[in-house]
Amino acid sequence: MAELSFPKRPYRTKGGVHAPHNKNTAHKESVILPVPSMVALPMTQHIGAPCKPMVKVGDIVDVGQQIAVSDAFVSAPIHASVSGKVKKIDKITMPDGGKVEAIFIESDGEQRLSPDIHPPKVNSLSDLITAVRNSGLVGLGGAGFPTSVKLNIPSDKNVDTLIINVAECEPYITSDHREILENSWDVISGIITVKEFLDIHRVIIGIENNKPDAIKALREIADSKVDPNDEIRVLPIRATYPQGAEKILIKACTGREVPVGGLPSDAGCLVMNVGSIAFIARYLKTGIPLIWRRLTVDGGCIENPVNVIAPIGTPIKDVIDFVGGYKEPPYKLIMGGPMMGIALPNDDLYILKQNNAILALSEKEAKYSEPTACIRCGKCLDACPMRLQPLELANAADRGDTDGLKFYNVMNCMECGCCSFACPAKRHLVQHIRMGKALIQKAKREEIAASKGGKK
Amino acid sequence: MDTKLHVSASPHFKGSSTTRRIMLDVIIALIPASVMACVIFGMRSMVLIAICIATCVLLEFISRKIMKRDTTIGDLSAVVTGLLLALNLPVDINPLIAMFGCLIAIVVVKQMFGGIGMNFVNPALAARIVLLVSFPGPMMHWVTAAGAPKAAAIDATTSATPLAAEPGVYSYVDLLLGRCGGSIGEVCALALILGGIYLVVRKVISPIIPCVYLGTAAVMSLIVGLDPLYQLLSGGLMIGAIFMATDYTTSPVTKWGKVIYAIGCGILTILLRAFSNMPEGVSFSILLMNILVPLIERATAPRTLGYIKKKKGEQK
Repeated sequence: MAELSFPKRPYRTKGGVHAPHNKNTAHKESVILPVPSMVALPMTQHIGAPCKPMVKVGDIVDVGQQIAVSDAFVSAPIHASVSGKVKKIDKITMPDGGKVEAIFIESDGEQRLSPDIHPPKVNSLSDLITAVRNSGLVGLGGAGFPTSVKLNIPSDKNVDTLIINVAECEPYITSDHREILENSWDVISGIITVKEFLDIHRVIIGIENNKPDAIKALREIADSKVDPNDEIRVLPIRATYPQGAEKILIKACTGREVPVGGLPSDAGCLVMNVGSIAFIARYLKTGIPLIWRRLTVDGGCIENPVNVIAPIGTPIKDVIDFVGGYKEPPYKLIMGGPMMGIALPNDDLYILKQNNAILALSEKEAKYSEPTACIRCGKCLDACPMRLQPLELANAADRGDTDGLKFYNVMNCMECGCCSFACPAKRHLVQHIRMGKALIQKAKREEIAASKGGKK
Repeated sequence: MDTKLHVSASPHFKGSSTTRRIMLDVIIALIPASVMACVIFGMRSMVLIAICIATCVLLEFISRKIMKRDTTIGDLSAVVTGLLLALNLPVDINPLIAMFGCLIAIVVVKQMFGGIGMNFVNPALAARIVLLVSFPGPMMHWVTAAGAPKAAAIDATTSATPLAAEPGVYSYVDLLLGRCGGSIGEVCALALILGGIYLVVRKVISPIIPCVYLGTAAVMSLIVGLDPLYQLLSGGLMIGAIFMATDYTTSPVTKWGKVIYAIGCGILTILLRAFSNMPEGVSFSILLMNILVPLIERATAPRTLGYIKKKKGEQK
């Protein structure tokens, strides 16, 4: 194996846009939300198979008690975030429009801890993976990929680098930033745990250079004697969107490229969100599963923007009321960041595990603009971090031209939205490209169905 | 919650740049050349510019109305076309001929092919060439510029363009300041360079096309035995390289595509200047390369992140 070196400065990445940072909440202490009177826990709060409820209506549950589970490999169990009575199990509409079963728990306000909770014994990698699976942890940065699956690296892959993602490139969001400032020791002890068990000797903390206080805090610990071989280093990276996208972060931190259609492990990297890694450390210490998370509540319509520590399943309404309510009626309510988040139809939804922000944007910030004709200025090419040609992709998608979509590598698009942001004609480029990706997937499904039909 | 929320796919933020702002930047970049046109050829050039802009905007408005499409004059692209066309005409041209040029540019080349972003050649250039072929006399009637050297005079009121003049008539300084015959906007190289720098600083154009175009033209001049600096500063090369060849719609969007396109323009320009009957080759070479743009683009698609070229014989 080649000698691993730590880059002095980030490798060059192309594209990206200078979205306004709007990190208004970076210097405000997170506040803890009082226990809500009711929580709803949907059965899918992760990528993968939905869970099945283990409790019935009328059951009394304790905090941290496992209430839903799945046998599937790619999944994560769900735990009660409050103590109380299961009120109903009913379908709710998720932010993406799908209908999913959810367990509603009426809180008794006692927050009684479940007697099952005890710190897990972890002596080997498989112990760690089991423990992480039991904790219900998913990637807290937004995608919600079950962390236990991520840690379970296939044996044919040689992963030599752990990258901690603290880019937090989306505007407004500061939950990772606050996590570092408030729980910096958890971050480092989580890193040490993961790196010991996975036998990784290079840890790069990729952090955007617009967070000098967090860089300082992490460096102080990483350079102390907890890391005798100096295998953990902090690498400040360019503060442009989307530096936190997995493939871009890998390129910036190691200079490697994840092959088209491949996973980070194909480039020898494991990328973890800082919130997830700090959670692992806390879980190993206390045994309390993922039942609360920190999220940023901000946007032009929020009276008092701040980071909130809320039980998972809290109604969004409660969270917004807690921070002082709306300053003015919001134009858009967004779960996640303004570049990739999902616009919500109303505030009658619930905080999910992977939900890192709730933003209430004003009309001025998020005004919808009518698309005009493409003038072929090429600004989308300059903005595309994957070096695609968004204008050609959008045109091909518009025509329903699957060959054209394949020629221009549509499946390599990660839907970061830089092209739409940069377009002076206000064209909905990434929206069209998403449609194009769906077209390709549909064509593939039809092909498979046709070949199966032919054999029979 | 009482108010209804807006729902749409991400991203929810948009950048501040608009088509209108880009076009406005091009107009601002052309102001030095327009002012110099007035200084060199008098107020008549201002009248010509006004006529061309007004006609283009009006024709764009009318043709969109007839085609029952929404009005697009607000994006200022018709103003840019009108201004560029005016700057490519001699000052004493008959206003009717100029207006005919506007008709070709806006109606035939631009709107008939689908409006902004759809034209396959540069409208102002195509119009100029149509006029040049249809009205060679008035189109090559070069009124003597203010301060032009006496030796260049053909008769009492006209003088030769630098490309048609005997060598040594015009000095480099004459060419930089526009003390020579020619279209009203092309004569003053200094004003055009100033505009080009503004466009690059504002990130409206990338410097690739003008730099490579001018560089290739200089090298080609050396090869065919012409004075490179004289070639760069004279005729329509400056305005062509900075404002015509960089037209978004008719130039490649890919980086290497831009390079190939600009090299092609440069080679063709000097070949036409050196060996054809025409004194000028910029318009024709840019037009020709415009037509090749789709092919160039397809051949120069950028390598996407993580794409590994399959080695020869590799099975997959």
